[in-house]
Amino acid sequence: MSTPAKEFRLLRYVDALREAVAQEMERDPRVFVFGLDVDDHKGIQGSTLGLREKFGAERVFNTPLSEDAMTGVAIGAAMAGLRPIHVHIRMDFLLLCMNQLVNIAAKAHYMYGGAARVPLVVRSIIGKSWGQGAQHSQGLHAMFMHVPGLKVVAPSNAYDAKGCLIAAIRDDNPVIFVEHRLLYPTEAYVPQGLFTVDFGRARVCRKGDDITLVGVSNMVMECLRAQELLAEAGVHAEVIDPISLAPLDIDTILESANRTGRLLVVDNAWTNCGASAEIVARVSESPRALRGIQTARLGFAPTTCPPSPLLEQEFYPNPVKIAAKVYEMVRPGEARWAPDAERAVLAYQLQFRGPF
Amino acid sequence: MDLASIYRKLRLIRRVEEEIARIYPSDKIKSPVHLSIGQEAVSVGVCDALRPDDVVSAPYRGHGAYLAKGGDLNAMIAELYGKETGCARGRGGSMHLIGIEQHILGGSAVVGTTIPIAVGYALALQREGQGGVVAAFFGDGATEEGVFYESLNFAALHKLPVLFVCENNFYAIHTPLEKRWSTRQLCERVRTYGIPAHLVTDGDVLRIRHLAAEAIRSMRAGESGPAFLECHTYRWREHVGPGEDYDAGYRDRDELRPWQERDQAPVIGARLEPSERARLDAEIESAIAAAFDFAENGKFPEGDDLFQHVYAG
Repeated sequence: MSTPAKEFRLLRYVDALREAVAQEMERDPRVFVFGLDVDDHKGIQGSTLGLREKFGAERVFNTPLSEDAMTGVAIGAAMAGLRPIHVHIRMDFLLLCMNQLVNIAAKAHYMYGGAARVPLVVRSIIGKSWGQGAQHSQGLHAMFMHVPGLKVVAPSNAYDAKGCLIAAIRDDNPVIFVEHRLLYPTEAYVPQGLFTVDFGRARVCRKGDDITLVGVSNMVMECLRAQELLAEAGVHAEVIDPISLAPLDIDTILESANRTGRLLVVDNAWTNCGASAEIVARVSESPRALRGIQTARLGFAPTTCPPSPLLEQEFYPNPVKIAAKVYEMVRPGEARWAPDAERAVLAYQLQFRGPF
Repeated sequence: MDLASIYRKLRLIRRVEEEIARIYPSDKIKSPVHLSIGQEAVSVGVCDALRPDDVVSAPYRGHGAYLAKGGDLNAMIAELYGKETGCARGRGGSMHLIGIEQHILGGSAVVGTTIPIAVGYALALQREGQGGVVAAFFGDGATEEGVFYESLNFAALHKLPVLFVCENNFYAIHTPLEKRWSTRQLCERVRTYGIPAHLVTDGDVLRIRHLAAEAIRSMRAGESGPAFLECHTYRWREHVGPGEDYDAGYRDRDELRPWQERDQAPVIGARLEPSERARLDAEIESAIAAAFDFAENGKFPEGDDLFQHVYAG
């Protein structure tokens, strides 16, 4: 007989987020949700809709446009024993929170000798397309990976979104929770009940022997499409989703790269000092790494994100670019190959309509 | 009101810090110390109006508030020495004193950062509904940070039980108010948020205590939200370190004299029986001697201790 937690059904990413929060709020009266627009009629692109009606204005409430102080308020409430979820409709706004997150949230447990805890979840959404442009598109997760004391997770599907969010709420540390806007309508089979996806454990999404392909956040989806197109060309990529970036499960990636001899990391961010740099560096410097693993990275072009569509296409990695890069790495002597661009377009990109 | 208790705290803070300054050249304290000498009346006056379960938040010049709220002296000195027996187990230092049992939130070296954290703590206390309040201490420099105004607004909006206490010593490190404030009307600025604000210009510990007690009584009763106190005060020593710096050129010793003349420990002490005062003085000296012994005898954290407390749980 299956337990309720095992009763799977198709669920959208956005609904998985909302369900995780609702079920945790039901379970634990210390959990509360706040942030700009969490209780309005749009409910953070739907991810917080209905929570205020269910749990009341004391546990789900809007804030002034004061990200710096609101982050401090969240930290203070967390130190006092509550479990805040602070929501930001774009990750770019986290730059206004950096002082509190880096100087206090990350360090409190350490610099107060274990006397304080900051069980805080910071939800942040990365935008893409429909002209999100310079300041609604940034994947800043590497900035947080840099700092000891913070955890960073970037679930790529509805199952992990729910399991990671529940794990983040129950974690006694500050967790930067990275969501991608385009993933919101994507569906996966998700248990109805409460479950957690543990941080620091990567998932092998597809098996393959020719190359190890690591995707971050929505780039997992793009890597999976590239993998399918590559398979038609006879190249078999292993696709790995790290799920959590801090802690990072380098062992699973290393084991795979040792077997395939090739590693391509695709990040939804710039490559310079980014998550992709970190993953490649940790594989390279591991004493267990076999000699001669070929490594490469793809990410945002080293420019500001443009809103204009043709420039934007150049800016982002996509399944065509990923597949072409893989092919070049696996078959270096051969003529270059790229899949049919029409077949590489992802449904989630086509479905997305603005304005936001 | 217990004058002996007020005197004891004033005197304790002064003597502890004088002892820190005395021992500092030995290099046993490898921690940047920001002494409260001269500013004791503000934290003592406010903390005397608090219940033991009320909460105090203080910035990096926090020795005064820590001791005024009843922080453990042994653990404080051990923390300055970097010992495992310190209040932050040697991971914080002078600028990050914490006392969970005494409800003292951890200090911060980044000016203004503790203010919204105090407000968040007050949010939790409001939810608890036990009438608890937070006294948030900070300096005049912190009121120039945007987060100060963000915090005032949020606290007022939600009627949170916070007493904001600005210890205005007229200098941010070495820069005087004239180079930093377009006007001196800090209390007026705060009142525009609907927060009652009072200014104390003479450092009178009993007046500070009285104003704090009034504000706290009204908060506990749920009659009002946050309140604000601006207390003029004076830092007698250099910004950081044990010495004086009146020859550095940025301020004149003439500024110090009126503050020395109305120094609150002797003023309050004069109202006690001489024998009681002598007894308190002796107790303070022996507590200080014991605290430095405690610090000396504590173990340093070492080796793999480095990796403790990066993550909780």
